[in-house]
Amino acid sequence: MVVFKKPHALSDVPLHYCPGCTHGIVHRLVAEVIDELGIEGKTIGIAPVGCSVMAYNYFECDMIEAAHGRAPAVATGVKRANPDNIVFTYQGDGDLASIGTAETVHSAARNENITVIFINNAIYGMTGGQMAPTSLPGQVTQTSPYGRDVNLCGYPVKICEMLAQLDGPEYLERVTVNNVKQIKNAKRAIKKAFQNQIDGKGFSLIEVISSCPTNWGMTPQAALKWIDEKMIPYYPLGVYKDRSAEKKGDEQ
Amino acid sequence: MEKKVLMKGNEAIAEAAIRAGCRHYFGYPITPQTEIAAYMAKRMPKIGGTFLQAESEIAAINMVYGVASAGLRVMTSSSSPGVSLKGEGLSYLAGADLPALVVNVQRGGPGLGGIQPSQSDYFQATRGAGHGDFHMIVLAPASVQEMAELTVKAFDLADKYRMTSMLLADGTMGQMMEPVALDDLKISPMPEKPWATTGTKMERKRNIINSLSLVPEELEQFNFARYEKYAEIERTEAAAEEYRMEDAEICVAAFGIASRVSRNAVDAARELGIKVGMIRPITLWPFPAEPFKRSLSTVKKYISVELNMGQMIEDVRLATECRRPVTLCNRAGGMIPTPEQVLEAIKAAANGGEQ
Repeated sequence: MVVFKKPHALSDVPLHYCPGCTHGIVHRLVAEVIDELGIEGKTIGIAPVGCSVMAYNYFECDMIEAAHGRAPAVATGVKRANPDNIVFTYQGDGDLASIGTAETVHSAARNENITVIFINNAIYGMTGGQMAPTSLPGQVTQTSPYGRDVNLCGYPVKICEMLAQLDGPEYLERVTVNNVKQIKNAKRAIKKAFQNQIDGKGFSLIEVISSCPTNWGMTPQAALKWIDEKMIPYYPLGVYKDRSAEKKGDEQ
Repeated sequence: MEKKVLMKGNEAIAEAAIRAGCRHYFGYPITPQTEIAAYMAKRMPKIGGTFLQAESEIAAINMVYGVASAGLRVMTSSSSPGVSLKGEGLSYLAGADLPALVVNVQRGGPGLGGIQPSQSDYFQATRGAGHGDFHMIVLAPASVQEMAELTVKAFDLADKYRMTSMLLADGTMGQMMEPVALDDLKISPMPEKPWATTGTKMERKRNIINSLSLVPEELEQFNFARYEKYAEIERTEAAAEEYRMEDAEICVAAFGIASRVSRNAVDAARELGIKVGMIRPITLWPFPAEPFKRSLSTVKKYISVELNMGQMIEDVRLATECRRPVTLCNRAGGMIPTPEQVLEAIKAAANGGEQ
C-alpha cells in the first residue's frame, strides 16, 4: 500500500529553497489540491520574482514567469484569453504587497476569477534579507539594521485586512504552515480558493504566513516558533472575506 | 468599386485589429490615442472579445503578456509617457519571445510634455524600448489607410517572428480623418502556436513562458539566436516608399506625418527645377538601408525631416555610411514643419550644392 507519494502536479526535481523554508510545504499543498481537483491539464501557474521565481520548474502544469509584481495582470490576460483555464499566481510579499500592490488591489477589485497564493514571510529572501512591506515593526533586516523604524519607513501592509474593504474579492483567508494542524488548515483554504475559481466565484487569495530561517537568522525550529510568537499576533489568522458565506448568512 | 468609409486614424487601427482577429485589448486612457480604447470598448463586447481598462499602463502590457502567452492576438495602445511605462513589459515580451501589437500615437516630450503630435519616441521605438538587447518591428503609417494596413501587417509579422510589433504613429495621424477601404485588407490566418500556455490537457509536457536564464552561457545563446532572427528580418522585411527618386540629387528622408509635409515640398521644389526626391521609411526597425545605399549613385545631399530634435537622422547617416552630408529640418515639442520650411531646406541644399 502506498502511504506517501509525490503529487503528480509537483515536478520530480530538487527544489532550490533553503533548509527549513516553508515554500516547499506550500508548493506541495498547491500540487496536492491540483491533483485532487483533477485540474492539472487545464491549469496555468504564474510565477513571481523573488524566492519562488523558479516555481515554473516545480509544477507540471503550463507555467508563465511574470515580471516583478505583475502576476495578477498576467493572470488576468491568461484567464480572459481562455476562461476555461484554471489560473493561479504564486507570489511573495515584496512581489504582491510592494511592487505589485496596484495589480493586487485591482485584480481583487475586479473580482478577477483567479487564485492567488501569497507567501508572507516578512522579508525579501532572494536578494538576501532586506526589509519587506510586511516586515514587523522593529524587525532587523539588511536594510533596517537597527530594526524597522515605523517613524522612518512606516507600518507593515496587511493585505487581507486591506482587500477585505473592497466589494470585489470573493474569498480572503490568512493561514500558516508552522505545524501539522495548520498545514491541514492551509490545504483546506487553498483547495477552497481553487474550487471557487472552478465554480466561477471570482478572486480568492490565501495569505500563508511563512518562515525564512536563513534571512531571519534562526534555526528552522526557532523560525516556526517565531511565527507563533511574533507574526501571528500582528497578522491574525482567519477568514477575512467569504462572499458565499455572507450570502448564505443573509438567506438564513 | 471598393467601399470607402471616413474614419479617424485611431479608429482605423482599432477596426483593422479586430478584422485581423484581435479579440483582446487592454489600455489606459491617454491623449491623443483614446479613440482606440473607446472603439474597442464599444465593439469588443459585441463580438465576444475583451476590452479591459487596466489600472495602469504597466498592468495593461502585462495583461497583453498573459494573452500572448495563451497564443491569441492581443494589443494595447498608448501615447509617449504611457509607452515609457510599458517599457518593462516590452522587455519581458522580447525576453519571452511573445507576439503582440503595441501602438504608440506619439505626443511631444520629454516628461509629461504636451498632447500635440511628435516623432520624438523614434529612439525609444527603434533602439531602447526597455532593458536588454532586443528590437521590436516598428511600422510607421503615413495615412489612415496605412494605419489600417500596417495594423494587420504588424500582427502578421509579430506572429511570424514571435516578437512585438509597434505601430509608431503620431497625434496628427491618430486624429485625422480620411477615407479608408477596409474590405481590401488582406487577413492571413494566424499560425499554429504549439508553445502557448493553454493547458497540457495531460497530453503533452508543460509549456513554460519565461525570460529568466541564470546561466550566462545559455542566456548568451538565447541572445545570439534572437539576433539571428533579427538579421533575417533586416534582410527580408525592411520597407520604404521612394518618391521621385529616379534622378534625385537631393533626398528628403521622412516618415509618418513628416512625409506628408515633405511630399508637398518635394513637388514644389520639382516645379522650380530642383532634382529632389523622398525616401519614406515604412519600417523604422528594420531601417530600410538599401534604398538609401542605392540613392548614393545620384544623391549629393540628404535632409532628414522630423518632428523631434533629430533622431532618424542617425539612421540616415548610418545607411549612407556618412558619405554625403545629412542636414536636419525639424520642429519639436508638438510643432509640425510646414511645406514651406521643408522647401526652404531643399532650396538651401540645392544652392549650397552649386557653390
